[in-house]
Amino acid sequence: MAARTTTRLAIGYALAVAFIAAAPLFLDAYWLDVLNSVGLYVLLALSLNLILGDAGLFNMGHAAFYAVGAYTTAILSTRFQIPILWTLPASAVVAALFATLVARPVVHLRGDYLLVVTIGLGEIVRIALVNDVFGLTGGANGIFGIARPTVFGLKIRRPHEFLYLIWAFVAVTVLLFHRLEQSRFGRALNYLREDPVAAEGSGVNTARYRLLAFALGAAWAGMTGTLYAAKMTIISPESFGFWESVVLFLMVILGGSGSIPGVILGATLVVVLPEVFRGFASARMLVFGLVMMVMMVVRPQGLLAFRILRFKESDVRRAGASQ
Amino acid sequence: MSALLEVRGVTKSFGGLTAVSDVSFDVEAGSVVGLIGPNGAGKTTTFNLITGNYRADRGTIRFEDRAIDRMRTHKIVQAGIARTFQNVRLFQQLSAVENVLAGRHCRTKSGALGALLRPPWQVREEREAAARAVEELAFVGLSGHAMELAKNLAYGDQRRLEIARALAADPRLVILDEPAGGMNEQETEELIGLIGRIRKRGITILLIEHDMSLVMRACEHIVVLEYGEKIAEGPPASIQANPRVIEAYLGTEEV
Repeated sequence: MAARTTTRLAIGYALAVAFIAAAPLFLDAYWLDVLNSVGLYVLLALSLNLILGDAGLFNMGHAAFYAVGAYTTAILSTRFQIPILWTLPASAVVAALFATLVARPVVHLRGDYLLVVTIGLGEIVRIALVNDVFGLTGGANGIFGIARPTVFGLKIRRPHEFLYLIWAFVAVTVLLFHRLEQSRFGRALNYLREDPVAAEGSGVNTARYRLLAFALGAAWAGMTGTLYAAKMTIISPESFGFWESVVLFLMVILGGSGSIPGVILGATLVVVLPEVFRGFASARMLVFGLVMMVMMVVRPQGLLAFRILRFKESDVRRAGASQ
Repeated sequence: MSALLEVRGVTKSFGGLTAVSDVSFDVEAGSVVGLIGPNGAGKTTTFNLITGNYRADRGTIRFEDRAIDRMRTHKIVQAGIARTFQNVRLFQQLSAVENVLAGRHCRTKSGALGALLRPPWQVREEREAAARAVEELAFVGLSGHAMELAKNLAYGDQRRLEIARALAADPRLVILDEPAGGMNEQETEELIGLIGRIRKRGITILLIEHDMSLVMRACEHIVVLEYGEKIAEGPPASIQANPRVIEAYLGTEEV
């Protein structure tokens, strides 16, 4: 059973890679750009999934970390002419530090309480950006003139070039996050989600893992911010509002909280479906809302809730044999 | 030579209610000690004070000659005290083996970076942790259930899985909160056997239990609480004959 799940997943990923690699052959620039959006949202949703899906911490201010990363890149690029991709680690570190700092006093809060606090956090960051904190963020207009990234001397500017850059980052992320969930670290996050009292009582430093979940999720959201800034060349506070956090939350819950393939699917559908139904004009959000409601009633565990057993039967057998 | 666990003058109040009042007792290394008393006597509160879930208002708790009454719960587990819960607290959506691996957490080291890069020592650590988890499952008699989700296990099996999780943490002292709760006679019988085997491993046991036949058979030392105070202490025979204990359990006869 577990082996079959793994095989199916590998096939799914292989098909996705083939589709993305060949996409420039049959998709126009508009749809390639939609795919780029999908890639960015997949990254954001996966990073939120670490916090919300794996550790069970209700974070509805994830766009704040995304914003911190995007602005870090924008400021470093426009003021110090630092090449875009070199700002990736900076965005990760700044976003992680920011998350650790703001999460520390509130992270012990449970469920709905944490949700409310993180909504506040997201709004504070957005308003701070609008008000041009430290004279660095350019106020409501944002920052423009962000440089294009360069990979091995090749300047990335057209949609299909971004497609490969963004989706290469997605591929690495998916690989790393699968490794993460099948590890002591990933299990600790799951223990935290399932029962924090039992986790602490079993010897897991729950306070530390809560912060680590936030820090790591924020780091990835920050790096996604870098890619976003590079793609847009202009960023402004309105891209990082409350709605953005809500949509990310939705992608995780809709796709299958805690399931990497589920979250990828969730992000894809939430971005692509409104595009497909563009013909319905204003009715499309109505349809979308209805689909969500039906989904949650019919399939509350998410679309692809199947989880790869973190610990496979073969691991157990090997462990049994080595005694 | 001091005892493995020393509880001295421990008091805990919640608002106006004093749940535990000036309680002292020792748990000698290698023994099985029972903590009994009527409902609301403060037994579970005492457990929660030892395991760091609550902080004592007064008094000290020492384990292996180290003060643990100001330590956080996971640190106390690391120091060598593992526990089970009165209302089974397993990680419901995770498999039995993953539940037991939680106990291994404090004895292993690899972090996020280790998980991402997978150096050989991390792979080895995972493999050893898994082997140990499988071993503990076998020890409590759950060999065939490694891959089952905790929530799908029978109630008695869930209780035993909790014990396996506690044992995986290499404790010197295991605290069992009503281990026979909800078990039938046969399961209780098996539990007594399991307690004996845990003890043979050199692990000391402190348990709360309402099943008096289990307490009298499994424990060699019994501490009796009533209304948060210790009213008696001693070997099973003396406890059974103690008039204050009988009074606490049966009530006084009105004359």
